[in-house]
Amino acid sequence: MSRLRELEDLLSRGKISRREFLARASALGVAAAISPSLLGGIAHGAAPKKGGRLRVGCTGGSTTDSLDPGRLTSNMNQFINFQIRNCLVEIDHNYNTIPELAESWEASPDAVTWRFKLRKGVEFHNGKTLDAGDVVFSINHHRGKESKSAAKGIVDPIEDIKADGRYTVVFKLKGGNADFPYIMSDYHLTIAPAGTSGAEWEKGIGTGGYMLQDWEPGVRAFTKRNPNYWKAGRAHFDEVETLSIVDVNARTNALKTGQIDVMDRCELKTVHLLKRVPNIQVVRVTSTTHYTMPMRTDFSPYDNNDVRLALKYAVDREQMLKTILRGYGALGNDHPIAPIQRYYASELPQRRYDPDKARYYMKKAGVTGHTFKLHAAEAAFAGAIDAAILYRESAAKAGIKIKVVREPDDGYWSNVWMKKEWCMCYWGGRATPDWMFSTAYAADANWNDTFWKNERFNELLVKARAELDDAKRREMYVEMQRIVCDEGGVVVPMFADIVEAATKKLKFENFAGSMELDGMKLAERWWFA
Amino acid sequence: MNSLAGMVVKRIGLGFMTIVVISVLIFLGVEALPGDLAQAVLGQQATPETVAAFRKELKLDLPPHVRYFHWLRGFLKGDLGRSLANGRPIADLIGWRLSNTLFLAASAAVISVPLAIILGMLAALYRDSLFDRIINITTISSISLPEFFIAYVLIAVFSVHFNFFPSISDISDDMSFGQKVYSIVLPSLTLTLVVVAHMMRMTRASIINVLSSPYIEMAQLKGLSRGRIIVYHAFPNALAPIINVVVLDLAYLVVGVVIVEVVFVYPGLGQLLVDSVSKRDLPVVQASGLIFAGVYVMLNLVADVLAMLSNPKLRSPK
Repeated sequence: MSRLRELEDLLSRGKISRREFLARASALGVAAAISPSLLGGIAHGAAPKKGGRLRVGCTGGSTTDSLDPGRLTSNMNQFINFQIRNCLVEIDHNYNTIPELAESWEASPDAVTWRFKLRKGVEFHNGKTLDAGDVVFSINHHRGKESKSAAKGIVDPIEDIKADGRYTVVFKLKGGNADFPYIMSDYHLTIAPAGTSGAEWEKGIGTGGYMLQDWEPGVRAFTKRNPNYWKAGRAHFDEVETLSIVDVNARTNALKTGQIDVMDRCELKTVHLLKRVPNIQVVRVTSTTHYTMPMRTDFSPYDNNDVRLALKYAVDREQMLKTILRGYGALGNDHPIAPIQRYYASELPQRRYDPDKARYYMKKAGVTGHTFKLHAAEAAFAGAIDAAILYRESAAKAGIKIKVVREPDDGYWSNVWMKKEWCMCYWGGRATPDWMFSTAYAADANWNDTFWKNERFNELLVKARAELDDAKRREMYVEMQRIVCDEGGVVVPMFADIVEAATKKLKFENFAGSMELDGMKLAERWWFA
Repeated sequence: MNSLAGMVVKRIGLGFMTIVVISVLIFLGVEALPGDLAQAVLGQQATPETVAAFRKELKLDLPPHVRYFHWLRGFLKGDLGRSLANGRPIADLIGWRLSNTLFLAASAAVISVPLAIILGMLAALYRDSLFDRIINITTISSISLPEFFIAYVLIAVFSVHFNFFPSISDISDDMSFGQKVYSIVLPSLTLTLVVVAHMMRMTRASIINVLSSPYIEMAQLKGLSRGRIIVYHAFPNALAPIINVVVLDLAYLVVGVVIVEVVFVYPGLGQLLVDSVSKRDLPVVQASGLIFAGVYVMLNLVADVLAMLSNPKLRSPK
């Protein structure tokens, strides 16, 4: 073990990167001994205190919510899911993969076959010991012809899964994918006991840090600490109460009056007032969530790249970031990779509002006097209609006519998005560029909402996916971002911050931008001072 | 009294027919909305294959009339079925929320009905005085402001500023009755402010209406005090319209409180209905919609019976 101590020491002094540390430590075959708190960042000061009752008010809960991992459609059930269940792999606050239920993994040289070694001695809340059968079952829950899971598209690249002994699971992919461990960290792919079905999902049996006591969809969930939790240095509260508070004013008031300890999605209009309240801390972090205006490139005139470029130059993104997000975000560069992500192309010039260029490209395309219809509803994102109107005004200065068509919120995703030629939309982002591109930019992707087919891009996508040389890989992803930025069918004006507020009594080390509520793992990462 | 019993039986029969007709309307209404539960639940991430598999599992691929009669058969047997979205028995889902809704409505009614009637009588008694004007202006203002605004003002004053009452009313079963009452003070106060004006003005108007009749003049000539005349002579004869308004407002307290539920995070039926409509969870929409319809049918019946009892002339059918 002394070798490991040495590594830990190097890591804590910043002499080696976490990635290097992990690689060396797993080479020692001792990944099981690494505590997540060490990987999550270096603990500052005192160790976390145990105890207390955490009360979280979150948005988006609905009475129709379910705990079936294939149907986690709201912040509320995603947050509960990560209280009660674990994935094979966890994402830390730097977007690195760290071991969760899998203690290590290795790929074949072509990145097609992946072997995951499971942690031994992990117990589900009902006393059953976790083995490979549970993992195979939990992933297969999303696969196959009969799948009703929202994660079907995520597990589609898996050709075959089988158990190799009690504690090894082997995945065979349809093509090489160097990012496969990231896929295994997706919140849908939490592990439940084999055979769980139907109403049993609602009992929430998992291996997570908290056990489900009470669950009333759209109202509240109540969990108690799992005394046998296998993760060292995680899950510090005795109890967690998760309340669905859809109305943002009600959430804010509940936090001010001390009825809850944490709230998600602060109202950006009033967050400056919240910051003045003495016992409240406002937490913000840049995220991968981005707001988009996809054009259907299979429709005229959007099939003409000059028209698309004109529209990209006609949006005043600085103004949009300032007014719609009150500065809580980052400028987008017309591609979906966030500035915080590993392969972000910082070398690309930032596109800015340029009415002259917009006018020039529109003229070059020979499209004059056309009225572009931009379909918008608040369902796309809060402030979408105002954003569309700002767009109309900035485009008018370039002589481009945009008509904002207001659509009903209800049914927006089935009737407007991917149906109308141009609309407002948002994407939560994905942990890796490959994942994001394969989801919404690949020619055959289910949600290729711009109906965009770029040969070079699609060729690079497959190549980069299986490339294990990091430098070469980065080159390819930079080129792909450039292609989307200059030739894609989407306007990406901005990335949104995650903005949340909590009582100052709560402490934490880092704040992840991968998902809301500290990567949805706030309940196991935070503690009361 | 026989004719009264006959009327009640007939009205209950009619009410049941009404409910069946309403169930058809609800069904058609939800069918007419674009999309279905499979799409709504899978949301932005739905693919054609997963939606189709989901539909098949929930029998949403059957023709509409088959699905309706399937539901009706269960309903007539007293089986409300299960929520399509998460497979929970609807009776459990609704039972708890219905009792919450009724609890909030009852607490608001207990405050607002006597208050409105007393204020109405006083306003009639001191007609056109400063007192009458003040009552009128306050109640009219409170009815003119949107509910959520009243709610936010009450929260800002009594919860955020003074910290007297909680700003969210999340009731759970492990609370004592006293704790429950304490946690819903603000929502019931909001509802009270919303409905009091209506009932109070009707009380005032119908009493003033009766005050001009000859028998009141007689009472005045006998030298009775104005207060006594209003309470004992005018009020009983002004009851019928008052009862009607009170009943309408009671129905509103059960059916129309969605906004108050949202602002105070109160787990009542309204929120369930809204969520279920937006997700197209038909069996739940049916069950909660029919409960609302039933409330209306029943309260109207009660109103008519009370009106008949309060007016001897109405007891014999025309």
